[in-house]
Amino acid sequence: MRKREDEWTDLMRSAISGDSAAYHRLLKAVTPVLRAAARRGLSRAGQPADQFEDIVQDVLLAVHLKRHTWDVNAPFAPWLFAIARNKLIDSLRRRGRRVFVDIDDFAETLPSQPVAAAPAAGEVALQLESLPPRQREVLQSIAVESVSIKDTAAKLAMSEGAVRVALHRALASLTAKLRGE
Amino acid sequence: METDQFIRTLAADTAHRAPPVGFVLSLGLIAAAPVSVAIFVLGLGVRPDIMTAMQNPFFDLKFAVALGLAISAIAIGLHLSRPEASLRGWPWLLLIPAGLLVGGIAGEMMMPQRLPMMTRLMGTNSRICLTAIPLMSLPLLAGALVGLRHGAPTRPAITGAIAGLLSAGLSATLYASHCSDDSPLFVATWYTISTGLVAAIGAAVGAKILRF
Repeated sequence: MRKREDEWTDLMRSAISGDSAAYHRLLKAVTPVLRAAARRGLSRAGQPADQFEDIVQDVLLAVHLKRHTWDVNAPFAPWLFAIARNKLIDSLRRRGRRVFVDIDDFAETLPSQPVAAAPAAGEVALQLESLPPRQREVLQSIAVESVSIKDTAAKLAMSEGAVRVALHRALASLTAKLRGE
Repeated sequence: METDQFIRTLAADTAHRAPPVGFVLSLGLIAAAPVSVAIFVLGLGVRPDIMTAMQNPFFDLKFAVALGLAISAIAIGLHLSRPEASLRGWPWLLLIPAGLLVGGIAGEMMMPQRLPMMTRLMGTNSRICLTAIPLMSLPLLAGALVGLRHGAPTRPAITGAIAGLLSAGLSATLYASHCSDDSPLFVATWYTISTGLVAAIGAAVGAKILRF
């Protein structure tokens, strides 16, 4: 457990200094843990547990957009679990439940049983449609069609910088939309 | 969207760097300060006998208390802008301004006074104090909330209240140079009520807008 969390911290440090491969690995590594915790939180609140993938993506997006609040000298796991816990409570609240989530939901989740990805995470895909056209095209190209930033820039006749800006704006406005603002 | 695709997308955005919360908080306060100062200059102004007043330690104490509150609240606010922040320990910082004030009251008690205690407590300016401090703190509160919103506070109401204390502290620092009541009893009563009011506004607004 400790070893795994140290590894996360190292990966996050590399990610913060701009290593996107390390960042990718980190997000892949934490996702099963988030999945298990989200599913457990939903079922404990008496909610249909099949919506956990939406919560997982919500947490990942918050991790991404708030990563500047992580202190590079602090361990990564407590920060991650605090964000995940906040998002889980938030999402249960939006489903009309007042719930208290135990921090332990996140602490000891991994070894028991790995949870497979849920088939569909609808919320993000749904909100994609309501983005401004340029942002949607960029997100569509990078997220759905897996085209690199460079090739997306060529395809849409934009500069790479403009693609990056559009991508970041699209991700940032997804948060507001997912929160129903 | 598949989570794998989503992760790849986030990783593609690694290059984007957000500035630290402290930086955005400073910008928010710097942007708001001229508005508060304008309210002060146009509506209140420095008291006419400021040169003599500065000889009075109780006049100076008002600034120490107000600035002490603002600085402690900034430190706590920045701490709370991190999601995993615990409340343990940090609220004690607020004892700094409170302790200064208590020390001031004790000091005044030990000195011979011309006016009875109740008169010093009621002062002459309480109504202006109750209006001016909240009014001048509102722009600063907005700036502070914008700054803290850039963070990831998991206790939005408490963080909002701290933003209220912070802005009331800065606003009271301005107000102190207008206010002709220097008794720590006056400060402990009316400044505290004003500050509490701003903290309550901060908590109510924070609960709504500081969620992330």
